[in-house]
Amino acid sequence: MIQAFAFYLFAVVVLISGAMTIASRNPVHSVLWLILAFFNAAGLMVLAGAEFIAMLLVIVYVGAVAVLFLFVVMMLDIDFAQMRAGFVRYFGIGLVLAVALVAEIVIAVGAWSAGGVDLARRGAPVDPTIPNIQAIGNLLYSRYLFVFEGAGLVLLVAMIGAIVLTHRQRQGVRPQNISQQIARRPQDATRNMRPEIGQGVQL
Amino acid sequence: MTGSIGLIHYLVVAALLFTMGVLGIFLNRKNIIVILMAIELILLSVNINLVAFSSALGDLVGQVFAMFVLTVAAGEAAIGLAILVIFFRGRGSISVDDPSRMKG
Repeated sequence: MIQAFAFYLFAVVVLISGAMTIASRNPVHSVLWLILAFFNAAGLMVLAGAEFIAMLLVIVYVGAVAVLFLFVVMMLDIDFAQMRAGFVRYFGIGLVLAVALVAEIVIAVGAWSAGGVDLARRGAPVDPTIPNIQAIGNLLYSRYLFVFEGAGLVLLVAMIGAIVLTHRQRQGVRPQNISQQIARRPQDATRNMRPEIGQGVQL
Repeated sequence: MTGSIGLIHYLVVAALLFTMGVLGIFLNRKNIIVILMAIELILLSVNINLVAFSSALGDLVGQVFAMFVLTVAAGEAAIGLAILVIFFRGRGSISVDDPSRMKG
């Protein structure tokens, strides 16, 4: 009973906030609705017994991705009224495509629940005695180690790419040249002189 | 999943969310930021599907792959927003129609 109530609560809120994300006039509101959608999707995943993915969703999406979106939306000075121009024009074809997609998914679900395709055996059966996070860790660091390393590589490339793309060399400033400073040695920089009395020194 | 809530319920929610993401791409043709958010919605619905099947079939691989989808989504958002920032810096607008003029 309580599960059904929680499920319907999360599901309704996630769908409403998803609709508001795409229909909101102001992109800042869109980002905030997106955050609400992520939170409620995390609730849905907790209900399904996937605690680790739910926490990951809150940390990665809400903590990093949504904040990134918020920064970019607020940093760029954009005329949002002009952005809405094609809203009505594309509504028809978008709706047709959306209905076609829903129909396809409904057909797929119907076929699956009518018996479905005989899939391969279970890849990693759930062991009820060990907690979810431990089970995922065991799987991730043994069988999926290389895929996991690949995911780390994807993140590294994304980080370097984002830095390289957005880094900009400022003109007209005099930055500190650290390598030149470190390479400077006392014997190159100073000279010992013993000038005769009455004669000047050459600098 | 206990009680009256089954796999089908999760699949319906994920399907509706996916459709909303696709519809969002069409409705906000001019606004790349909202298009990126719609793509995040699509990936979120995929994750809900993976987790629901993982839970219903008693197979942990779905949750592992949901994590990989999450990784790719984070990288995609970072790169997409970086491209958006340099595009805005160069042109002063983020309209999707503008890149067609971006030749040479």
